[in-house]
Amino acid sequence: MENSYYNPADLPKFGSITDLQPEMGKKFFSYYAEVFKEGALTEREKSLIALAVAHAVQCPYCIDAYTTDSLEKGADENQMMEAIHVAAAIKGGATLVHGVQMMNKIKEVSM
Amino acid sequence: MLKKSLQAQALPLATPEFQLTVLNQRSNSGKEFPFFGEKLAQHELFPLKPTGIQIFQVNVGKMCNQICRHCHVDAGPDRKEIMTRETMLECLVILATTSIDTVDITGGAPEMNPDFRWFVEEISKLGKKIMVRCNLTILLANPKYYDLPEFFKAHNVHVVSSLPYFAASRTDAQRGEGVFEKSIKALQMLNAVGYGQENSGLQLDLVYNPAGAFLPGSQSSLEKEFKRRLKTGYHIEFNNLLAITNLPVSRFLDYLLESRNYEAYMEKLVNAFNPIAAAKVMCRNTISVGWDGFLYDCDFNQMLDLKVAAKHSQHIRDFDLEKLSTRHIVLNQHCYGCTAGAGSSCGGETV
Ligand code: SF4
Ligand code: SF4
Repeated sequence: MENSYYNPADLPKFGSITDLQPEMGKKFFSYYAEVFKEGALTEREKSLIALAVAHAVQCPYCIDAYTTDSLEKGADENQMMEAIHVAAAIKGGATLVHGVQMMNKIKEVSM
Repeated sequence: MLKKSLQAQALPLATPEFQLTVLNQRSNSGKEFPFFGEKLAQHELFPLKPTGIQIFQVNVGKMCNQICRHCHVDAGPDRKEIMTRETMLECLVILATTSIDTVDITGGAPEMNPDFRWFVEEISKLGKKIMVRCNLTILLANPKYYDLPEFFKAHNVHVVSSLPYFAASRTDAQRGEGVFEKSIKALQMLNAVGYGQENSGLQLDLVYNPAGAFLPGSQSSLEKEFKRRLKTGYHIEFNNLLAITNLPVSRFLDYLLESRNYEAYMEKLVNAFNPIAAAKVMCRNTISVGWDGFLYDCDFNQMLDLKVAAKHSQHIRDFDLEKLSTRHIVLNQHCYGCTAGAGSSCGGETV
């Protein structure tokens, strides 16, 4: 085992996950490639969404990859930071909206 | 921000020999990249030969009013190498006697050459298409340049201008403090005389190159975004966006090494090698003339002092179309920059 869980050198090896399960792995990568093609959303918009999700799921590989990808696709640093704020707002909101559940429970068990 | 060229700082990387040594040695972590020539050989493109000479690119000098971080010319106000009228005359003789139809004038800031206007006028008399690589800020650098848009218009010059981004942040990081604002003003001056406007016949293209150690994204989608942002933000119109990859030469190589991005960047270029782009590299239809009249396969080879491999035709005064058309193009590891992804040339993507 490596002496660290995350190694930047592992990112380019992503494709090798097909070694142990070629069929599913290949399907995943062809789906992945299809998803990021220009469609109703531009490649840049998709990259910014990916960047925000990468932060929400806190995946260092994805943050690395989609920071560069967003720059390559022509996004600027303000757009990139705003995208992360969207992720943060949803994560924060998702925490806080459960406060209503907490308040319901308080009501239920309190005199 | 850079204050001087690498040459004025007397840095080892200012010399072509040192750059070539870096490009050909194992990286710090022991990584070795396949030789570019071998890569071409795998696709039956070696030795690489011209398909015909259509573009005559002339570098009229290394002097520039800017000192961009990524500049492969290592240009700047401290560079004194400049093409003389005598060498220009030798170029005109060749242009008059061959069917080469396009002249691409570059630098430095070509407009700073004292014979620039004369040279453009003479080429124009020969009925050749003229492109000028204008850094935009030169138009505002001195009152003597204020009428350049009119001059360009008078000779139907195709203006190709660098603008790495549609916002100040990244433009200024690459090209210097305040460059974005001045570039916007210059673009508005060009628009005002008709450049980039529909049906004016006056072509204004923008060059995008990434402000950092990453590759350009798709040219067409960047073009859409640039058009949208420049139009809504500044009422600027232009024709095409040319997306150009930064090659690991001179100041961009210095930047890569200094920021410890060199190895990852080279790896990216090598992994993105595209044989279709390799077949369409610009050196196959271009000849590049240096400020002192020597001939090269392209402006990058010029900066690396890799002269054309055409015996007895290495200088404009010995220009021999036959020999040059059958030459073997001189390749090295920087060439990976031309063949990555959708390819890159002075005219943008090639694929
Ligand atoms: S990139 Fe162009 S504008 Fe910038 S220093 Fe070099 S020659 Fe001058
Ligand atoms: S760097 Fe010059 S010689 Fe090399 S592939 Fe590009 S254009 Fe050709």
